[in-house]
Amino acid sequence: MAILQQESNPRMLRDLSSSPRVLDVTDLATHFKTSDGTVHAVNGVSFHLDSGETLGIVGESGCGKSVTVMSMLRLIPEPPGQIVRGQAHFLGKDLLQMSPDEIRQVRGAQIAMVFQDPMTSFNPVLTIGRQLTEPLEIHLGMTGKQAETRAAELLSMVGIPNGAERLRDYPHQFSGGMRQRVMIAMALSCTPQILIADEPTTALDVTIQAQIVELVKRLRDEIGMGIIWITHDLGIIAGIAHRVAVMYGGFIIEHAPVKELYANPQHPYTIGLLGSLPRLDQRRERLESIDGLPPVLYEEPKYCPFAARCAYVQDRCRQENPPLMPVAPHHEAACWVDVRTGALRA
Amino acid sequence: MTVTAERLETTAPSASQDGVLLQVEHLVKHFPITRGIILQRTIGAVRAVDDISFFIRRGETFGLVGESGCGKSTTGRTILQLYPPTSGHVYFDGVDLVTLPPNEMRRMRRRMQMIFQDPYASLNPRMTVGEIIAEPLIVHRTARGPAIQERVDELLELVGLNPAFANRYPHEFSGGQRQRIGVARALALNPLFIVCDEPISALDVSIQAQVVNLLEDLQRRFGLTYLFIAHDLSMVRHICNRVGVMYLGVLVELADRDELYSHALHPYTQALLSAVPVADPVVEEKRKRIILEGDVPSPANPPSGCRFRTRCWLADKICAEQVPAWREVAEDHWVACHMV
Repeated sequence: MAILQQESNPRMLRDLSSSPRVLDVTDLATHFKTSDGTVHAVNGVSFHLDSGETLGIVGESGCGKSVTVMSMLRLIPEPPGQIVRGQAHFLGKDLLQMSPDEIRQVRGAQIAMVFQDPMTSFNPVLTIGRQLTEPLEIHLGMTGKQAETRAAELLSMVGIPNGAERLRDYPHQFSGGMRQRVMIAMALSCTPQILIADEPTTALDVTIQAQIVELVKRLRDEIGMGIIWITHDLGIIAGIAHRVAVMYGGFIIEHAPVKELYANPQHPYTIGLLGSLPRLDQRRERLESIDGLPPVLYEEPKYCPFAARCAYVQDRCRQENPPLMPVAPHHEAACWVDVRTGALRA
Repeated sequence: MTVTAERLETTAPSASQDGVLLQVEHLVKHFPITRGIILQRTIGAVRAVDDISFFIRRGETFGLVGESGCGKSTTGRTILQLYPPTSGHVYFDGVDLVTLPPNEMRRMRRRMQMIFQDPYASLNPRMTVGEIIAEPLIVHRTARGPAIQERVDELLELVGLNPAFANRYPHEFSGGQRQRIGVARALALNPLFIVCDEPISALDVSIQAQVVNLLEDLQRRFGLTYLFIAHDLSMVRHICNRVGVMYLGVLVELADRDELYSHALHPYTQALLSAVPVADPVVEEKRKRIILEGDVPSPANPPSGCRFRTRCWLADKICAEQVPAWREVAEDHWVACHMV
């Protein structure tokens, strides 16, 4: 994975000069046993993250993007889930080999998460103050008093006025946007190296979404943490990510720096996704739709999982599953076909 | 109440325009807030829709956008008389729906239909797809016997589903397919007008495009008029001819699509447009965002004067004192703001 070594994007250069690799995931695969069979949710994904950079993971529902990070943090309920193979090195240690105690030290402290639904990710019967001070006391060993002071600081850091008073409020007394801010405050309370944001703005209105995105960008630059931002929204990713991995059927099917991906998409699925988006700044006569539905994989696919919906499909696509291959500098795609010519790659 | 008088005058000319299918005048919908179990007292009202006026031309798609709780869905439902309006008028094809007797209203309903947001909740899980689509035909007695089955097959084919699916149940279908079933049901009675209430918000990106293209094809084929309610401004720009922007129960701006997106006049519209991400990192880098502070106030207790003033960076004294008039500042470009 030498992809980032000579990055040309100026946003990346700053990051690269002083940014050690914080996360290196290789060949991660997770299955779920269901009554219909074993669902192959994630099928061997590899990616990495440097501190200070934002990796966007994009895909539609069921593509395995959430399961990937949940597996990494061992938050998959086992059974029915099972991490069947892979490694996830966080600062040199494999998260997947850690004991339950060790991983508990990492979760919430060094790797924090922000979830999609700010309405359901809090405990409704505990005050915000109680929930914010808990990680501080557990992970950082603060006293109740210290934790409370710090919690009030955290609230003001994420733009909630009267932090000290609001600590006594319950989650239902906050609006959706405010709750997501509290969620972010909680995630950042132990100054994590990695923040995993799983569709953090999907449940919010656009004006509130813009507030949250600005907030996260500001905090990222202040704290210098790495962010994995999971979303189905290619618009948000364009504004926040440095690098993007597109997922489909449990595979990363394309991976590139953000500008390269949007300017020069190489996988037919990425091309289709971008074509199916209406744009605010320009008008399209007709949206290009991708026919058919995303697959549910009950076995390790023997050929390209996108072949059934693909406009560029060739015989080889129905015989062999393409691995991620370099298609341009710093740019990988899992496709046998060169979309520029429509012919098979040499 | 000089404001109301002004509003009356300004909406009058539009009524005379040709080709108007739906004319909404001073529509108000308040939901009472009550306290007490036996002796229920009304202690206030959620002013979900508070005096809005606009019209929709035949064959066009009119978009209604705004954030959650701004009253756009209530507007759609009140137009269809699913909620009885508190006051105001809705003229459909020249007939005032608000004063229409119930039996005539029922006949009128054939002409207007609705497509709902959640394709999982809007189809009865105990009915087969065939029964769901046939229900309006049976209720309105427009077909009987084998003609029903024929019509169901025809409708399924129309929305791109295999007629053999008629015997299946909704849970056997994906979200996009379910939304197609909802569309087929809405089309069953050959309506003139369909309220599409966030019809694609619950769908995945690649499926959204399928449903939008279907809606566009059907509009072209049957000359349908849509009221398209959405919060996705990019999609609204794509599908709508004219767009109204709502904030906290009132219309703040209304214009032709391109006019609105290129010359937004109301500060709220400008902020809303600037907040929408564009799927292009190069464009995103250069864009200037207007970040609104705070949240939308409660519609039970909206701010005095202009409702947007609490979040508006242009707000002045007058904004707290007077409700801005709803006026036409350029041809077919309406705005309610003191600062424009």
